[in-house]
Amino acid sequence: MPLPSHRLLSGRLGLWWEIFYRFGPPRWTLYMRNNWAGKRLVIALPYLWLVLFFLVPFIIVFKISFSEVRLAMPPYAPLWEWISEKAIDVHLNLGNYLYLVTDDLYISSYLYSIKVAAISTVFCLLIAYPMAYAIARSSPATRSLYLMLIILPFWTSFLLRVYAWIGLLKSNGVINNTLIALGVIDEPITMMQTDFAVFIGIVYSYLPFMILPLYSNLEKHDFTLLEAAADLGAGPIKSFLRITLPLSMPGIIAGSLLVFIPAVGEYVIPSLLGSSDQLMIGRVLSDEFFANRDWPVAGAVAIAMLILLMVPIMVFQHFQSRELAGAK
Amino acid sequence: MRRRHWFSKTGLWLGLGFLYVPIVSMIVFSFNNSRLVTVWDAPNSPTLKWYGELFRNEQILGAAWLSIRIAAMAATGAVILGTLAGLVLARFGPFRGRALLSGMTTAPLVMPEVITGLSLLLLFVALEQLIGWPEVRDATTITIAHITFAMAYVTIVVQSRLAGFDNSLEEAALDLGARPAKVFFRITLPLIFPAIMSGWLLAFTLSWDDVVVSQFVAGPGSTTLPMVIFSKVRLGVSPDVNALATIMVLIVALGVVASAIWMRRQERRREREMQMATAANK
Repeated sequence: MPLPSHRLLSGRLGLWWEIFYRFGPPRWTLYMRNNWAGKRLVIALPYLWLVLFFLVPFIIVFKISFSEVRLAMPPYAPLWEWISEKAIDVHLNLGNYLYLVTDDLYISSYLYSIKVAAISTVFCLLIAYPMAYAIARSSPATRSLYLMLIILPFWTSFLLRVYAWIGLLKSNGVINNTLIALGVIDEPITMMQTDFAVFIGIVYSYLPFMILPLYSNLEKHDFTLLEAAADLGAGPIKSFLRITLPLSMPGIIAGSLLVFIPAVGEYVIPSLLGSSDQLMIGRVLSDEFFANRDWPVAGAVAIAMLILLMVPIMVFQHFQSRELAGAK
Repeated sequence: MRRRHWFSKTGLWLGLGFLYVPIVSMIVFSFNNSRLVTVWDAPNSPTLKWYGELFRNEQILGAAWLSIRIAAMAATGAVILGTLAGLVLARFGPFRGRALLSGMTTAPLVMPEVITGLSLLLLFVALEQLIGWPEVRDATTITIAHITFAMAYVTIVVQSRLAGFDNSLEEAALDLGARPAKVFFRITLPLIFPAIMSGWLLAFTLSWDDVVVSQFVAGPGSTTLPMVIFSKVRLGVSPDVNALATIMVLIVALGVVASAIWMRRQERRREREMQMATAANK
């Protein structure tokens, strides 16, 4: 078969490439294909970026969490100083971590954040599950419409959607005004600056993150299993508990982690809707950093939060990589 | 069979109501005359006065323009790096350090924003001491921060799109002698183009929306729109924010509907082409 001439002329190395491919030793061509020079570059670009802007910053936070605060710019003492040509003076200060453990403020903020995140995750799951189930069981055309309706609020500003709840929840807000006008209540209910408002804010903002993994799991279910169970005499509740729920476990876990982990460090929602008596840990971190200018303690708070979230993050990664591998 | 779905169907409609009630109330009250945002001033409403006020507010307009520029740059950067990362993870097979790369692309999805913000700021401060860059923290540092967390989302989108195709087309092109770069531009890129588009939009929205990370890495001269809104909203509700929200919801809704129509049309065209191809083969 003659080589097409336009390919021969394309590019300076086109001819040599063509000849190499057609007549070169097969193993060489395979080697060339799997180890071309560009491959390294393609790997290196995102790799270097993430190492520089994702990994190295954590190492720096870790380092600073061991230094002492001082009044300067930047407001922390170096970890090591060269005293002379040969001697190095290392100040490894564990005080920041000791401070975290001994001061009640930090421990109670951590516990409170975990509590808020856990409760919100449970509510999110309870609301999201029937929604995801209904979408998965509807016809393909309505399915994409429902999905669009779920995702649409997600595209609008998160900040503005949290803000919208202030107008609904405050004492002279829409909910209280409506209830008073209907005669259900006489006095406005205090809803702003309570845990309730924070739960609502988190559930509301993270709901799509729960629905989508659940949906993508439920969509793959073979619903004839349920029919078989019904034929064999199982009631709807039993067949749900014995078939649908166990099968949807990966979706439940992925969705819950996708809500729980960021909710622990949530900053915007508790600042806008929550009370200032009990702070969540994200708020504590930013107060240490911006208000107190105590960067080392802020670093220690961040490292402690990371250690706390390490296990959930690794479980999430496990499920995520399995999901992506299973997509084939 | 039908009877069994009433529970989840009701749940779906209640849930959708929960998602849309706040947005609708925000839109309605943006036309309210009263400064007390939630008290409907019936005689003088609806009015467009808060929209007028919004467009006279230099601070908001300036911040919005800055946010758009940052979001466009960050989305473009995130798409380039995220596509490469997704390609590497989905197609390159095992290589040394693959686990680290895959970890670094999924961790930002769930990383609390305060941690990302703090760590990036400390990096910029350390870099400034070390090499003198960045001298001031400005739009550039915000863009870098946004690229870093947005590229994780792009990577996931591209990777899962690539996982949906087997690589037989690419293999065939390579066997026919096309160089890897050509294979990428002529075959892989068109296949994953929808994923790249939605990745770009996702990255744009994430950047446009971000307040926490920006607050850490922004300098005094670079206040993005979410930062302005956040400081305004912390002081209480203000009607011009309602007007701003309404405009944003409108733009987003139009964009989503337009892209849905476009995607459906593309899909139809592809189906037609497939039919014609099979018909021609017969």
